[in-house]
Amino acid sequence: MGEILRIFEDFFGPLWPVVWSLVKIVALLAPLMVCVAYLTWVERKVIGAMQLRVGPNRVGPLGLLQPIADALKLLFKEVIVPSGSSKGLYVLGPILAIAPSLAAWAVIPFDEGMAVANINAGLLYLLAITSMEIYGVIISGWASNSKYAFLGAMRAAAQMVSYEVALGFALICVLLISSSLNLSEIVASQGQGRFHDMGLGFLSWNWLPLLPMFVVYLISGLAETNRAPFDVVEGEAEIVAGHMVEFSGMAFALFFLAEYANMILVSVMTALLFLGGWLSPVGFLPDGFHWLALKTAFFLFVFLWVRATFPRFRYDQIMRLGWKVFVPITLVWVVVVAVWMMSPLSIWNRDDGGTKGVPAAGLEIGG
Amino acid sequence: MEFKTCVFYFLSTILVLAALRVVTARNPVHAALYLVLAFFNAGGIWLLLSAEFLAVVLVMVYIGAVMVLFLFVVMMLDIDFKKLREGFWRYLPMGATVGGLLAVEMALVLGGRYFGLDAMPEPAAKAADYSNTQELGRVLYTEYAYPFELAAFVLLIAMVAAVSLTLRRRRASKYIAPEVQVAARHEERMTLVKMAAEKKKPAGDEAAEAGAGGGR
Repeated sequence: MGEILRIFEDFFGPLWPVVWSLVKIVALLAPLMVCVAYLTWVERKVIGAMQLRVGPNRVGPLGLLQPIADALKLLFKEVIVPSGSSKGLYVLGPILAIAPSLAAWAVIPFDEGMAVANINAGLLYLLAITSMEIYGVIISGWASNSKYAFLGAMRAAAQMVSYEVALGFALICVLLISSSLNLSEIVASQGQGRFHDMGLGFLSWNWLPLLPMFVVYLISGLAETNRAPFDVVEGEAEIVAGHMVEFSGMAFALFFLAEYANMILVSVMTALLFLGGWLSPVGFLPDGFHWLALKTAFFLFVFLWVRATFPRFRYDQIMRLGWKVFVPITLVWVVVVAVWMMSPLSIWNRDDGGTKGVPAAGLEIGG
Repeated sequence: MEFKTCVFYFLSTILVLAALRVVTARNPVHAALYLVLAFFNAGGIWLLLSAEFLAVVLVMVYIGAVMVLFLFVVMMLDIDFKKLREGFWRYLPMGATVGGLLAVEMALVLGGRYFGLDAMPEPAAKAADYSNTQELGRVLYTEYAYPFELAAFVLLIAMVAAVSLTLRRRRASKYIAPEVQVAARHEERMTLVKMAAEKKKPAGDEAAEAGAGGGR
């Protein structure tokens, strides 16, 4: 493998870093797009089963070719630009919707040292990139020159900014106890501790000491991706489809792809931050990528399950939940975790000499 | 030319053009979006200076929150473009003065020798895994803890003041306290009544009845 790589490296010369990055990006995005396509199929099957229906079963065995048929249909449809719309921005909207949700995958590690970019400020990068997802919604909503689309954009702007606050505080708790912004190190920090040594790894993952944050993160993740029961942004009963009402063909499909890519992203993030990523839950089974895939699949199933179970929230109640429930809970929990870490009861004893950024004073108090 | 220099010129060209469009764009929404582009490129330039924390915070705070709320307001305005351009000549002297001042100050900074920049040694290059986020946090919460807390307090007061200045209760608003709504139990709203099951009559009976009715 290494020799083959060296041959290619010699062939491309100074262009090699660019080529190698592109190869890595394609190797990540191609399976991701397949996952996105089949997530739509899984969603229809799962919700169908929950509502005692069959779901898609016409195209291919078990309806397995349905996503491909849908994609082909959308590809061949005309993209209609409404009169009176702001043309440049109208085209830019779907692009800005999907670009951040793909760019965010750059820092996601899939196994020990397996990421497109294993950077130190990984968590910060993710926060920054996911905070830009909102532009796709706002721009397309405004540029469509339609009242429904505009209402959807306004709702999205308010909702996504509100839940980002709670999401950010939940992440602060995680990075407090793992004292790193690097996602690989956050996962590695969950693979140590008393329970891990006893062979019960799943009890030393972050979800247990940070249980309230885990719940808040999951629910805020639902709200950030505009999934049910927080999908007032689309609200097909009131504002038809919100920001995407004027879009057709592939432009519409881009919004769809972005939404499902975001769902997978939030699930992977939850698995990495709270459920130990690729770490095995019990001592006698080896760690590996399959664990991350399994945990991600579980959270995706929860996303679909929630959609089939709960009715849509009313808009003012969404805002109330975000600002009056989640933000106070997370604020208090940040303080609780910080005090916990500095108290003698701290379960995160660090003896690495402060190399991971724990101030020296904290080490003395924390023992 | 070094690759880094190429990237710098690429980013700064877009930055300057976008900034120019912010002031020349006719539509305020377009202007705000160009400002977003300018911020993004400024973040890129900060990354080149290996100030990754500042760059990411610029993107997160200004692009992810501030500009979104800006757009939120600007998009809802009903703007008369003609009226917007009316006061141009009236504001020109004021704007030109401010612009001139800014240009002079920038020239001072870029000139460098007024501040003895030539005498200062170039900062030592850091290793690739050096994290200035950690370094910044360490300094901020130890050496500069009190100024930091003070700044936080000033911001908090500003926030409270802004809310209390703009908060007004409208008399006509039909507002129901959400805690009352959330506390509602289904027993208060709905009663389930036991009823004897109603049996459908067999189809033959109905037809016979209808026939009989018609005959009468």
